[in-house]
Amino acid sequence: MTNTVIWTIAIITVLGLLLALVLYLVAKKFKVEEDPRIDEVEKVMPGANCGGCGFAGCRAFSEAAVNSPDLEGIFCPVGGNDVMAKVASILGFEVKAKAPQVAVVRCNGTCEARPRVNEYDGFATCAVKAALYTGDTACAYGCLGCGDCVAACQFGALSMDPATGLPVVDEEKCTACGACVKACPKRIIELRPKGPRGMREVVSCMNKDKGPVAKKACANACIGCGLCEKTCTHAAITVEVNLAYIDPDKCKLCRECEAVCPTGAIHGVNFPKPLDKDAVKARIAERKKKAAEAAKAAAEAKAAEAALIAEAAKEDAHE
Amino acid sequence: MSKQSFAIGGVHPHDNKLARDCQTQVLPPAPTMYVSVAQHLGAPALPVVAVGDKVKVGQVLAGPGGFVSAYVHSPVSGTVKSIGPRPDLAGRPVTHIEIAVEGDEWMEGIDTSDRLITDIPVDNTAIIEQIHKAGVVGLGGATFPTHIKLSPPPGSKCERIIINGCECEPYLTSDYRVLLEKGEQVAVGAAIIAKVMGNVPCTIAIEENKPEAIAHMREVVAKLGYKTIEVMELKMRYPQGSEKQLIDAVMHRQVRSGGLPISVGAVVQNVGTALAVYEAVQKNKPLIDNTITVTGKCFPKQVNLQVRIGTPFSYIIDSLGGMPKEAAKVISGGPMMGKAVANLDATTLKGTSALLFLTEQETRRAPETACIRCGKCADACPMGLEPFLLQKLSRIADTEALEANAAQDCIECGCCLYSCPAHIPLLDIIRTGKGRALGAIKARAAAAKAAAEAANK
Repeated sequence: MTNTVIWTIAIITVLGLLLALVLYLVAKKFKVEEDPRIDEVEKVMPGANCGGCGFAGCRAFSEAAVNSPDLEGIFCPVGGNDVMAKVASILGFEVKAKAPQVAVVRCNGTCEARPRVNEYDGFATCAVKAALYTGDTACAYGCLGCGDCVAACQFGALSMDPATGLPVVDEEKCTACGACVKACPKRIIELRPKGPRGMREVVSCMNKDKGPVAKKACANACIGCGLCEKTCTHAAITVEVNLAYIDPDKCKLCRECEAVCPTGAIHGVNFPKPLDKDAVKARIAERKKKAAEAAKAAAEAKAAEAALIAEAAKEDAHE
Repeated sequence: MSKQSFAIGGVHPHDNKLARDCQTQVLPPAPTMYVSVAQHLGAPALPVVAVGDKVKVGQVLAGPGGFVSAYVHSPVSGTVKSIGPRPDLAGRPVTHIEIAVEGDEWMEGIDTSDRLITDIPVDNTAIIEQIHKAGVVGLGGATFPTHIKLSPPPGSKCERIIINGCECEPYLTSDYRVLLEKGEQVAVGAAIIAKVMGNVPCTIAIEENKPEAIAHMREVVAKLGYKTIEVMELKMRYPQGSEKQLIDAVMHRQVRSGGLPISVGAVVQNVGTALAVYEAVQKNKPLIDNTITVTGKCFPKQVNLQVRIGTPFSYIIDSLGGMPKEAAKVISGGPMMGKAVANLDATTLKGTSALLFLTEQETRRAPETACIRCGKCADACPMGLEPFLLQKLSRIADTEALEANAAQDCIECGCCLYSCPAHIPLLDIIRTGKGRALGAIKARAAAAKAAAEAANK
């Protein structure tokens, strides 16, 4: 009995040692040389493997970052500037801080504003619905309301609001990974800079139809009237194909566009005070009046000057 | 002789041909007609008329916008009121030419008499040119320009023409009525197509649930003395009217994945297309009208209507007594492959075959339950695919696996969805997967082309 035990232990020990030797030699012989910095970079990554950066996961991102000559075009939207600073310090680069972004839903066609013109009874995903037709409202550009974006969000930052039928972004949870942007067949979600203290102005509409058609489909639609473009003193707004767009880099958050928008398609969010439309409109009117007066004065001065010159010329001719 | 059918899959829905005994009526044009420039597969046609122009019936409104494209003719005489985007039946904006109808003045040279002309022109090229000029497209549903189908690529040889009179979709009876009422013209049209393809034999395939049409066509072919045209009675089975299934049923040949019917020596044309070819070649009449079935259990009238292309659906419905109260869904086409109409102001196209009205009860979907892996969908699939697997892959968007499992071969017939006891909307889901697989194949082809061009440089 004792003998058997001893023999068993001995044989297994010898076998183990032999196999360990084989494994050691094989590992030595076929060792894959890998940049140790890849592991280091991967350690500082958030580990969400969401693919928001455009790579297959955090490991693939790390490899790409290590192999990249200058980190150009490589950014982890989930980790943001903090993680990128760490990655840069590991790799010996310097990165410019990128403004934090957030997903913004560019549709405000609520149930009351955008009446249904038919009923959808098919498979309830936006992808299927969009493949079949333009949707159950007269707006061919707006939210389909089946929540593909909600399903795509790995961070629980999106939810459907049953009252409006539109998705709502939880700004605390949103990492701006862009999964919802890709999931939306109508492309109504945009990644925009969060703005100072979260304040920003957005045209919450994607309708490119002409004014009357858009207005008929949805009371909250951008009708492309161009009032915001004319009012904006920072050249931040452009109206293309009957749709206004606010450039977040140029917008100074004066909220004048929001005040003049006749349909309420322009939304200002996270402002400390509610917008006093009348006050802003009065301010615009005052400015316009002043500008008109200044223009008038300038014109008068010019006319006077012209008259003087003409008189002088006349006198010259007389002499 | 036992009746033939295709080898695998298929379902047997109740045929519900309510309008089968209704003589085709002619619907006068609506006061305002809207003619779409995208009535065919391929590039939309380009308008050649301007706002304010006076047009006659049969005048060219728009010319081909590419190689795969077709002419569009004016279905009415009147004044062009506007040219611009207008929502189609799915609500998508498509360029339409609006014409205010004034009288009914036809272009010169169009033979509007009923006289049957059986003498076929000698020159094949001239025939194909005439078909091209008349804007004839496949009226079986795909609306592929007919002149291209009749000009096969060099090296391929056509061995048989199949005239598709299956009409396997439930409810539809327009092809059946065309066979009964214009059988002679269809037979001559078939003879023209057979001649163009090199005097090949021709089969007019009709399903067994239309015995009157079979008998009538046999009589007509015998009377006209066409020795190489035969009328074949097929077993009733959906989707027999699908091109690949019909070739299998008639010739027992299978078109491989991604291949064209001509690769197995077959050319399939619909009954309506044969009639359009006859009218184009023998009567010089462009494709400006077609026969549609207006039917449904909740619709008070069952009719087969000859309508001018570009008639608003709402006008057709109003002229037949208005929308029935019980109707919950209007479908353009048959119940299996037709499209639900989201916009009743949309107009008929060359390929429109029917307007079908369904009640809430007929159309309501049962709630989806879990897949019980019974395999009924795989049994029903006429393309030999595995719908249960494809729907799973579509849900997780695995493009590679979708392509490996031939999602791109799905013909969207809906047999899987029809047979699923768990009421899983298989086709709806697989359609997105098919789009993915096709997108990947196209992207690869484009990349290969770009690489070849770069290498040439």
